[in-house]
Amino acid sequence: MKKLNQFLVLAMTVLLFSCDKQQDSSQELVSKEESKTVQPISTEVKMITIPGGMYRPFYTSDSDIVKVEPFEIDERQVTNAEYLAFVKANPQWQKSRVKNTIYSDSTYLRDWPSDLELPPNADPEAPVTFVSWFAAKAFAESVGKRLPTLDEWEFIAMADQEVANAREKKSYSDDIIDLYVQKDRQFKKVKQSPPNYWGVYNMFDLVWEWTDDFNSILTTGDSRAGQYDDKGLFCAAGGATSASDLLNYAAFMRFSMRTTIKANYTISNLGFRCAKDAPTQ
Amino acid sequence: MAFLVFVACKEPKTITKELPADSIFRLTSDWQNQDGASMQLKDLQGKTLVVVMIYTSCRTACPVLVAKMKSIEGAINRKLIDDVSLVLVSIDPKNDTPEKLKEFAAKNNMADKHWMFLRSDDASTKEFANVLSMKYKQISPIDFSHSNIVSIFSPDGQMVKQIEGLEIDVRKVADIVNQTVKKNN
Repeated sequence: MKKLNQFLVLAMTVLLFSCDKQQDSSQELVSKEESKTVQPISTEVKMITIPGGMYRPFYTSDSDIVKVEPFEIDERQVTNAEYLAFVKANPQWQKSRVKNTIYSDSTYLRDWPSDLELPPNADPEAPVTFVSWFAAKAFAESVGKRLPTLDEWEFIAMADQEVANAREKKSYSDDIIDLYVQKDRQFKKVKQSPPNYWGVYNMFDLVWEWTDDFNSILTTGDSRAGQYDDKGLFCAAGGATSASDLLNYAAFMRFSMRTTIKANYTISNLGFRCAKDAPTQ
Repeated sequence: MAFLVFVACKEPKTITKELPADSIFRLTSDWQNQDGASMQLKDLQGKTLVVVMIYTSCRTACPVLVAKMKSIEGAINRKLIDDVSLVLVSIDPKNDTPEKLKEFAAKNNMADKHWMFLRSDDASTKEFANVLSMKYKQISPIDFSHSNIVSIFSPDGQMVKQIEGLEIDVRKVADIVNQTVKKNN
């Protein structure tokens, strides 16, 4: 009996100890989770002022013309090197802490061998990919910017090298499609191809880009429920047949992509650039 | 004595249980309920949640969705209802003030304590919509287009099921809610 008592005392001590430990570690965890603030980092990227103007979104009629207010946009996408600087300053966004959470699926920074190492073959000057919308948004916050809206992004995307709105040119869409079908284009350095009319680089040739309100595209009705699950299917069939500029197949592809993705998706050819409101005069 | 030890240990463990990595209670956004009280989503921890996003001035789909929520509420096992929160999150935080939400709740007989109405700022609302994979767009100062999704979350904030569209099988949704409550009790 004495032995049993001794055992119980011992067991109790062990149990209490293990309880304490658990409590401590989870409290620590909670305090980490509660830190809302993103640590600022600085990047050397030129921003281009876009004066804004009237613009007709894809998949709308002429009566749905939207006014885009003046804004500033990064001349290129966020690079691998910049993203590394971001996760160094913000451990809460490192690979091991983010993948398979509410903020990202399982492939966040997929090819990074560890939390602070770029993929062995990655060019530091290539756009960062395998980042979720949540991660892109946090990065933008860390540099004092935001993600561009869908309308802002598409406003810039109307330009070719010569004019602000090249939508009516046959070559405009064809040229973009030629770029879209190139393989492994996401591994190339930014700013190696000519800028567009505004001086903005790489709108089409390297990666797709997150926009702040990518989730604002509604396809008709609810009949498509359950069909957006396969993130491999960017060229989703159906949906946009009543699109206003059917010639603009490139815009259709972006449109389809945006309706297919979810904010926690991380994809091999999806990156982002940052924007901000133009200073008020 | 062994029993006592067991109980003593179990208690703090459940209180400080680590949230799953994909729990919505990890979101740090600030919200207000229909009584104007400030809160975070983790304050809803411990109950099975049935969540929809709506706006109160909506004349088209939302009334249907709200009616469905009431039917779901009515179909949930009465013995389990205290372990459930039915949450309506506003996609129109500018217009849906706590007073507006309270009024809406009263008008629609949704004043029982298991009904919760929430609003935040635009950025947090967008973030939450993205967590639910819900799409919405403001199409005029008073109107929004949006997808209709009912989401069910476990008491630790993990998504159990989403049902999209207005043709909801209320019975089936209530069964999932009942099972989720039982599994976590």
